[in-house]
Formats: sequence, structure tokens, C-alpha cells
Amino acid sequence: MPELGRAALVVTLGLALYAVVAGAYAARNRRRRLALSAQNALIGAFGSTLVASVVLLAALVRNDFSFVYAAAHTSRELPTGYTISAFWGGQEGSLLLWLLILTGYAALAVLLNRRSSRDLVAWVVPVLAGVAVFFSFLVVAVASPFATQVAPLDGRGLNPSLQNPYMMAHPPLLYLGYVGLTVPFAFAMGALLARRTDERWIVSTRRWTLVAWTALGVGQLLGAHWAYEEVGWGGYYAWDPVENAALMPWLAATAFLHSVMIQEKRGMLKVWNVLLVILAFGLSLFGTFLTRSGIVSSIHSFTQSSIGPWFLAFICLVVAGSLGLLFSRLPLLRTRSRLESLVSREATFLYNNLLLVALTLTILWGVAYPILHEAVYGEQRVVGQGYYNFFLRVFGLPLLLLMGIGPLVAWRRASLRGLAATFAWPFGVALAAGLVLLALGAGSSIPGLIAYTFSAFVLASIALEFVRGTRARRALAGGTWPRAFSELVGRNRRRYGGYVVHAAIVLLAIGVAGSSAYDTVREGQLARGGSLEVGDYRLTYVRLDERPAANATEVRAVLDVERGGSSVGTVEAGKNAYTAEQQVSNEVGIRSDLVTGEDLFVIAEQVNPDGTVYLRVFVKPLVNLIWLAGVVFLLGSLIALWPDAREQRRLALRYSRAGATAEP
Amino acid sequence: MTAALVLGALLAAACVVLVALPYLREPAASDDVLEEPGELERRQLELAEERDRALAALKELEHDHRAGKISDADYRQLVGPLRREAAEALRALEPRAQAPARVRSDV
Repeated sequence: MPELGRAALVVTLGLALYAVVAGAYAARNRRRRLALSAQNALIGAFGSTLVASVVLLAALVRNDFSFVYAAAHTSRELPTGYTISAFWGGQEGSLLLWLLILTGYAALAVLLNRRSSRDLVAWVVPVLAGVAVFFSFLVVAVASPFATQVAPLDGRGLNPSLQNPYMMAHPPLLYLGYVGLTVPFAFAMGALLARRTDERWIVSTRRWTLVAWTALGVGQLLGAHWAYEEVGWGGYYAWDPVENAALMPWLAATAFLHSVMIQEKRGMLKVWNVLLVILAFGLSLFGTFLTRSGIVSSIHSFTQSSIGPWFLAFICLVVAGSLGLLFSRLPLLRTRSRLESLVSREATFLYNNLLLVALTLTILWGVAYPILHEAVYGEQRVVGQGYYNFFLRVFGLPLLLLMGIGPLVAWRRASLRGLAATFAWPFGVALAAGLVLLALGAGSSIPGLIAYTFSAFVLASIALEFVRGTRARRALAGGTWPRAFSELVGRNRRRYGGYVVHAAIVLLAIGVAGSSAYDTVREGQLARGGSLEVGDYRLTYVRLDERPAANATEVRAVLDVERGGSSVGTVEAGKNAYTAEQQVSNEVGIRSDLVTGEDLFVIAEQVNPDGTVYLRVFVKPLVNLIWLAGVVFLLGSLIALWPDAREQRRLALRYSRAGATAEP
Repeated sequence: MTAALVLGALLAAACVVLVALPYLREPAASDDVLEEPGELERRQLELAEERDRALAALKELEHDHRAGKISDADYRQLVGPLRREAAEALRALEPRAQAPARVRSDV
């Protein structure tokens, strides 16, 4: 049914175009029914995109190789799970997924806000629809997933690197994040177009931003775990352009989530917040462009295509248009509030913002420089990991420290006397941790030692916040400690959810510092019975197993593992030879110690015909804290996201009494 | 092929109905104006935001003081201006809150 898919996408394009034109006309001329009609068009666009997606999914699952896309990304032997994930395994499917998520978000945003913020939503619709027009145009005219051919007997299969369970969740989550940033962007632009400079757009999009930011964060961690397991070079993040493409909007959105609190608490930074939203959305488009255009060579990019110029033109249009609009509304965005002191909570948020944006722009330059250099001089240039690691330390370590300082500093201004009292405990804990680590030999890496000391400071300040808050709550309302704790968190979800997210970032920092600054690596060729010692591990090569899998032949070197002289089990590392794809992949062996968080990581670099294997073995201390950080991050985000009935009532009161049309 | 085209046509027709729905429901609307807040309502909203900010800041200050994060001396120094801000915001909001009602009753 490729015709149905094509027709559905043409309908989506038509509806999106209508929503842009009719929506803008209705908002400008205050036509209520026409505005509703444009909103319905956007909702309908989701329906028609869903139909197109179902058609493509059915073609993949049914192995209908008359679809060029199905033949290029699946085969008859491909397991069903990976057949479904092939939906986003290629260019055209990925763009369709972008469009599906975009129209889904747009429909939901309209349905949730069309009563409460009529005048704002009237302007939001043409902005959302404008983005939908671009993506629907791409899948209709430039990269259609419904191109057909005379069906071959079998498909070419899916890239072996993508045949990993993480690939079933990592790309959709990244897309939920990338696309999710469209909603705050559309509301910010809608507010400027409607000349509404109050906080309504922020109230309407706070959760959207959090959802997108959470999805982007979790998606990146899943991608890092995929790289760790599947790519098999012994790391999880290599400052690859496509990895950076997801990190940049996440950093910009992190800055926005912090700075928006200054606007809510102090009415400041209105222009800065809009700028951050534009930056985050622009970077999400740039990220999609990097991933999908094939302009950079990356282990995460599986495509070469001609959509690059379209994307570049669209990014330029979005950035120029939104900056122009912001510039034209500057007089409306002036605020009377001023920063009262450089030592205050809002000042720490401001420093945090400057560091986050500096880190984002540094990474952006690292990604863009090779592209620009090649475009201008025709020579390839590579920005190495040293560049990124240097700036990560320069901007990242102070950011880590600020996470501990921020919660301890009062809003508006803090006195030195007060600071000394609040900093005493966390400072003492950090000092003690630093001295103990130094005595244990952690001084071999100064950045690592600093990261650990700062981490101890942040964890102590977070713990102190919870303890003091719970004690105060109990003094006020009585009851048991657990009840006081749950009430404290329940009544201040964003604040304490934020602290849990901070704890996750600390775990991440400890994991990254431990696994990169204090890891051990050994390599060597082993014959059967041969041994290799790494740290306090001893690996003995026992045998080579060869076995058939669903769509590949697996070869595994089986190694006995001893630690401190006693056996702790076996680990297998080897290669998979994929039949349909005619490719070979590295399959690493990982033995995790969940108590210490350490991994023994084995790569079989070569499996030789004479039965010998060439191994590279890493011992990675604390690396599992990175994955634990993902769970804690998700928990913190969910706490912050959980609806707060009290706050909703307060906002409803604000907007109803102030003459707004209805509840938020 | 034919089935696909029929389904495509049905989809397009359903979308046209959806888009036309506001006009089908109200073919001759007595009021087709998209409401938007006037200058007075916008100013009122700004004041309500200022009031909420001041009250939230007071609440946070109380919490931090009770939690021992802010000393008694700092608390005394900060609470006065915050209370003044909250009172000013409430005062500024009060007469305007009644203004739209008066306008409506006059009409």
C-alpha cells in the first residue's frame, strides 16, 4: 500500500500548509472559527502521519520488499524487534518518525492549551505547523519512505551495529527530545507574536521542556551504553559529532530550565530565556541535520543524502526569523528587576547559565569547524578529543561546584556570615574526601581528584538540604520523619526533584572520572591456555566457540576470570558474522561488579584461523555509576514532572482573576 | 492499488471534515472574534505575577529560615523588603481587579 502512505503524507503536508496560512491569518485578524479550524488541521496532520507510519511499519513487518526502504533496511532473517526498529534505522523512516512525533506533540499541545490560552495558541499553531510543513515536504518530495521497486527475493538487512536492544529505545528517545524542544520554541514565538510578555508561555511549556530534556538525557545515556557494548572500542563517549549533536541541545535546555526559574522568581532574564529556547531548538535542528545529512562521518550516522541544503536553509530561516522577531519585541521584554548581589541564588544560576552556554558554544565550534574548514579550503580537519576534554574540565568542573553552591545560597543576597554557617558541613566533607582520596592515590589524576572532591561537596550539600528541609517540615507539621520527608518533596517537587537530578549528575561525574582517569588497559595475543593479567584480574583463554544465531554466526573466545587468586566466572568476547548484511561486528565481553561499580571489559580484536585471539582488556572503575546515574536522573525528572495540584490551583487562580480566559 | 486510493481519499475527506468542523458546528456564529486580553487585563496579569513572585519569595525565605539555612539576622534583613513588595503588589492589584467588573456593570 505505498500509495496510501504517499497519499497520507500529501494530506499531512496540505493540512500543515493550511494550518500555517489559516492559523496566521486567524491570529492576526482575530478570527475564532478559523483559528479553531487551523488547530484541527494540525490535529488531523497527526492522524494522517500516523496512517503513513502504520503503512511503513506494516511493510517492514510483512517483509514487503517492493518498498525500497524495507528492502534496504530489513531482511527475512532479521528478528522482529529489529525489523520494527528499522523504522528509524534509515533516513526516510527517521524523518517520518520526526514528523510523527512533531505532529503528535503539536496535537497534544493544542488539545491541552486551546481552552486555557486561546490567544497564545492561535499564534503557536502556525509556528508548529511551519516546522511540520518542512518535515512533511522532506518526506513527500525529497526523501520519501514510500518509493517502490520490483521486489527482490530478500532485503539487504539492517546495519549490524543497529542490531542491539538499545537501538530500539535510543533513537526514539532522542527524537522525543529533539522534537519536544519544538513546543517551547513555538510557545515562545507565539508569545512574541501575540505580544504577550507575561509568563504564560513558560507556564504552558515548563513540563514540555522537562519531558524533552529528560528524553534527550536518557536517550543519550542509552546511546552511550550502546556505544560501550556495541561499538567496542572500550569507551562510551568519544565526542563524536553525532553524540555532540544530542548533547548541545540538552545543555542549552539545561540552561533554560535553570534560567526560567529566575524569570519565575524574580521576573528577570526574559530576553535571555527566549534566546535559550531559540538556541535549544536551533541546535536540535542542527543535530538532526548532522545525523541525517551525512555531512560528518560518524559511528552513529548511517546515511549519506542530499537533504543537507534543505536543512541548512531551514535552520537559517528559523534562526534569522526568530531572532528578528525577538529583536522587534525587545521593548516589550524590559524588566524592572535587577540582580541585587553577585552572591545570591539567582547569581549562581546566572553563572551556571554562562558556563553551560559557553560549553555548548565550544562544542558547537568543535563540531562546525571541520565542516566549515572543508567547505572553505577543501581540506579535512579533525577536532580531537583533547579539545573537548580541555573545555569540559574548564567549564564542567566549575559547573559541578556550582551545583553544590547554588542550593546553599539564599535568593536576592547572602551574607558572608550566613554563607560560612551553611558551607561548613559540605566544605568539611569535601575536604575530608579529597584528603582521603589523595592518601589512596587518586592524585595520579588531578582533574579526577578535583571532580571527586567537588562531587563530595555537592552530595553533602544535597544531603544537607534534604535533612534540613525534613527537620523543618517535621517541626512545622509534626508526624514521623518519613512523612515529613515525603511531604517536603511532595510540596516542593521541582526543587527536590532538581536535587535528585543533581545527585545523578554527580554520579555521572564520578563514573566518568573513575572510568576515564583511573582505568587500566592491557593487550596481547593468547593461544589456548594462555593468560593475561590486568589490574588484579587474570584472564585465561579456555576455548573458541562457534554457534549459529538468528541471522548471524557467532564466534566467541571463552575466558576464565580470576580475581585476587580466586575464580569469579567466565567472560566471552568475539565477533558476529551477519549473513544477509555480509558484515562482521565486534561483540565485547563485559563482567560487571555491581558492588564496586567496576567493569572488566574484553575486546577480541582478532580471532585468528589458528585459534589464537588478540585481546584488549580494560578495567574500568566506577563505570556502572554512569548507568545508575541514568536511573536516578529519570527518578529526579519524574519527581519534578509530577503534577502538583496546589501549584495548578494557584496558577488557575492567577489567570482567572487576572482576566485570562480560563484555567491553565 | 484501488483500495489504497479509496482509503487515501477517505482519509483526505475525513481531514476536510475535521478542518471544516468549527464552521459546520456554527455556520453563522454570532461572535467570531478570537478573545485576547486587553491592556488592562495584561497589566493585571503582570501584577498577579508580581504578587505571586513576592509571596513565593516570602514562603521560600520562611522555609530556608526554618531549615536553618538563613540566620536570624539575615532573615530580619530580607523579610522586610519582601513583605513590602508583596503588600505593594497586593495593593496595586486590588483596585484594578475591580475595574473590569465596574466596566462590565457600566455596560
